[in-house]
Amino acid sequence: MNWHLAIPEIFLSCAAMAMLLIGVLMRGEKVFFAASMMAVGAVLLTGILVLSGAGGVGYHGLFAVDAYSNFAKLLILAAVGFGVVMSLDYNDHENLRRFEFPILMLLAAVGMMLMVSAASLMTLYLGLELMSLSIYVLAAFARDERRSAEAGLKYFVLGALASGLLLYGVSLVYGFAGTMSFDGIATAMADPKQASPGLTVGLVFIVAGLAFKISAVPFHMWTPDVYEGAPTPVTAFMGTAPKVAAMVLLVRLLTGPFGQQLAQWQQLIVLVAIASMLLGSLAAIGQRNIKRLMAYSSIGHMGYALIGLAAGTADGVRGVLIYMLTYVFMNVGTFACIIAMRRGGRNVEGVSDLAGLGRTDPMLAMAIAVFMFSMAGIPPFSGFWGKYFIFTAAVQQGMWTLAVIGVLTSVIGAFYYIRIIKVMYFDDAAPAFDARPAALSFVAAAGGLFTAFFFIFPAPVVAAAQAAAKVLFP
Amino acid sequence: MNALNAAGFPLLSLLTFLPLVGGVAIMMIRGTEEAVAANARWAALWTSLIVFALSLVLWFRFDTASAGFQFVEEAAWLPEWGISYKMGVDGISVLFVLLATALTPICILASWESIGTRVREFMFAFLVLETMMVGMFAALDFVVFYMFFEGVLIPMYLIIGVWGGPRRVYAAIKFFLYTLAGSVLMLLALLAMWYAAGSTDIQVLMAHKFAPTMQTWLFLAFFASFAVKVPMWPVHTWLPDAHVEAPTAGSVILAGVLLKMGAYGFLRFSVPMLPDATAYFAPMVFTLSVVAVIYTSLVALAQTDMKKLIAYSSVAHMGVVTIGIFTVNEQGLSGALFQMLAHGVVSGALFLCVGVVYDRIHSREITRYGGLAERMPKYALVFMLFSMASVGLPGTAGFVGEFLVLVGAFKVNFWLALLGSLGMVLGAAYMLYLYRRVIFGRITRDDLRSILDLSPREVAVFAPLVLLTLWMGIYPSSFTVFWDATVHGMVEKHLAALASTTKLAGVLAP
Repeated sequence: MNWHLAIPEIFLSCAAMAMLLIGVLMRGEKVFFAASMMAVGAVLLTGILVLSGAGGVGYHGLFAVDAYSNFAKLLILAAVGFGVVMSLDYNDHENLRRFEFPILMLLAAVGMMLMVSAASLMTLYLGLELMSLSIYVLAAFARDERRSAEAGLKYFVLGALASGLLLYGVSLVYGFAGTMSFDGIATAMADPKQASPGLTVGLVFIVAGLAFKISAVPFHMWTPDVYEGAPTPVTAFMGTAPKVAAMVLLVRLLTGPFGQQLAQWQQLIVLVAIASMLLGSLAAIGQRNIKRLMAYSSIGHMGYALIGLAAGTADGVRGVLIYMLTYVFMNVGTFACIIAMRRGGRNVEGVSDLAGLGRTDPMLAMAIAVFMFSMAGIPPFSGFWGKYFIFTAAVQQGMWTLAVIGVLTSVIGAFYYIRIIKVMYFDDAAPAFDARPAALSFVAAAGGLFTAFFFIFPAPVVAAAQAAAKVLFP
Repeated sequence: MNALNAAGFPLLSLLTFLPLVGGVAIMMIRGTEEAVAANARWAALWTSLIVFALSLVLWFRFDTASAGFQFVEEAAWLPEWGISYKMGVDGISVLFVLLATALTPICILASWESIGTRVREFMFAFLVLETMMVGMFAALDFVVFYMFFEGVLIPMYLIIGVWGGPRRVYAAIKFFLYTLAGSVLMLLALLAMWYAAGSTDIQVLMAHKFAPTMQTWLFLAFFASFAVKVPMWPVHTWLPDAHVEAPTAGSVILAGVLLKMGAYGFLRFSVPMLPDATAYFAPMVFTLSVVAVIYTSLVALAQTDMKKLIAYSSVAHMGVVTIGIFTVNEQGLSGALFQMLAHGVVSGALFLCVGVVYDRIHSREITRYGGLAERMPKYALVFMLFSMASVGLPGTAGFVGEFLVLVGAFKVNFWLALLGSLGMVLGAAYMLYLYRRVIFGRITRDDLRSILDLSPREVAVFAPLVLLTLWMGIYPSSFTVFWDATVHGMVEKHLAALASTTKLAGVLAP
């Protein structure tokens, strides 16, 4: 039995549990910081393990490791690492110095890694739940604050509902296909006698459950409230790694076991993509709170990523992976900047609080400007490349309606992105923000440099995404 | 000598990225605010002058006998996907590179005193803008072209929005969204062409024959982008706003170079790559252009704001350019190119003229002025020269282009030429009317009695433009020689393409 396939996951789980022990034994103020540093170390080591591990299918067909899952895992680990670093100062400042925080993030990471390696509906569900439960707790981590508690509860109730839908879909698929393994489902699907409408119904439920996790319309309702209420580092975390995991999982599921039914789920994904892009660009226009605005922005981004999936080709999947990669770095950087918005010791979240930032803090303003232009898809920033490869796939498949709606909503979306730049550069200066902690500068700089200079050497990333996408289309 | 790269070193990349390097260096300047401003101005001026001097290599070393691309450089970028970093110029683009490098130092000099706040950032934005402009004209790969084409929006948005007039925010956002909306459709066309031809190399795309129905859609997508940029009626409405609110240097670059990007796009992509669609859609373009020429000229007559008047006149002049391009004969194309260059110099200079009085009185209202000839004889002379050039007086730059375009238009259709020439008549009306109200008459306002004539710095700004305007008017051959071969090749290729294919109109007819 090739148990070693899961060494990164095993290591990360053990590390998380060991840290729990250490956290109980250690006393004092320093334990949060120590746990965070250990978490970063664990994430880095796991990344190395992922890179050096072998590929294959193990655990009796429950668990698959291939270029596709590794691409996603590295991306998830990067997002988790940045998330931990971002929380350092925020939690310090908001009196959330509890060592469980980074540990929960690590456990969520284990769940996500299981998700992207899932080769069976069982693994899929277990990974998803491990991730979700950790994030429910994280969202309500500022338990003395009403907004955070509300966010956690809201996310939990709706998330539980989505899990129920997903589970129902899983049971239907199992009932009709007689197996949970992805390969088995694919075989069942290929056989016209066995492929029954029940499978399709199950598929729809599973897609609904996963669409909830990537907050695609019409399963997006929780996003703005939870984004706004959760502690900002948790929002940053929620907005990146779980989205990658759920998106990657959705892609693997639809192109793998349900690949035969392209015609059926394609319509579904096209509709969801269009609705997400429209809502993401229109609803964000009226937002005054930058965290809510980012929530709508992420809804829109998921819509674009889904275009790649809707194309249903290797090029489309490549587009999704590149899109998610650029999305993670843009979002991590933007949230680092949002956490840095602190005036007189208090965190501020209004778009208007950014007024005149171009004068009071040119570096921060420039970083935000890069992220905003990038999210709007303006070249040469990385966001443009994400869209470029996504739309390539749509155009190749002749999905013109989808592509045209996509580019036009991106223009509408550009309006609110450049409005933020307008607030920063054209408006009269508001009082300056407090000095930035180094950790946030580091994350913002890392995200900013990647976003700004991705265009110089895109080839390795594109090649890696291409290799990963080929796995799904042998 | 290497036939491909006559300079022997990556000249075009250097021209493209040197301003950016200078801009980054400027951002590093530290010290008191005044010292930073002064150093930033000088550093920007020297950077742009060095770039201009370097670009003169193009003028002297460009082989005018060749119709192909020269100074070509290529580097792998995404080689497996047919995308490479490729630069090169032919007869169509070479002079626009020079136009961009020549106008930039002039603009920097013109904003010496009128930009008082955040000088360092302004100079940085301006040099980034130069990078984008030069890169766009020199790009020989569609993706590279698109990056520069869109990238222009970023510095221009900031220049209008930060240093502009009272309604700058509205104008900046309108400018951004209008042009972006057009360009994203072009992006889809780009992707479709990439998929069809397997490469984004412009030379490969030019050689590729696209199916006639596909050409129609591609043409419309390109048209959405370039027509906004030109701008053509009825999508020109962003231009007056952007011009009025932009600082003087921004207006000059906008009129001088950015408007040429749309027409250049037609010349580089639509006409050579989509010959059938070009022939099919030419009547539509002619109609829109004629409407633009007549309608915006009439609108210009009614303006009370000097900058707005010149902005509308720009739309009219660019209408002449689009007529010339879509005649696709040697006179028309040559005239369009000449008109683009001439308009770049002349309308840029006219905006500078407005900037001169605006710096002194802080008003652009025509009625606010009058009788400036008494106090500002040098200014009156310069303004007159450029007004006449804008009208198209023989001997000035404006004449040659319009004349050639009308000759080209005559070959296509008598009415097209007739209606197109109405623009010249109306142009004379609004420019002379403007000139009379601003320069002649009596000084009635007190602050005009003490107004000062052109300072030595301003003379230095105008001198090269005056020389260029006269040179282009008196001896146009030194400019037309650059593109004669290219235009000739383009027309032949266009006719051959039309002859070889079933007429698109026939296919589409019911």
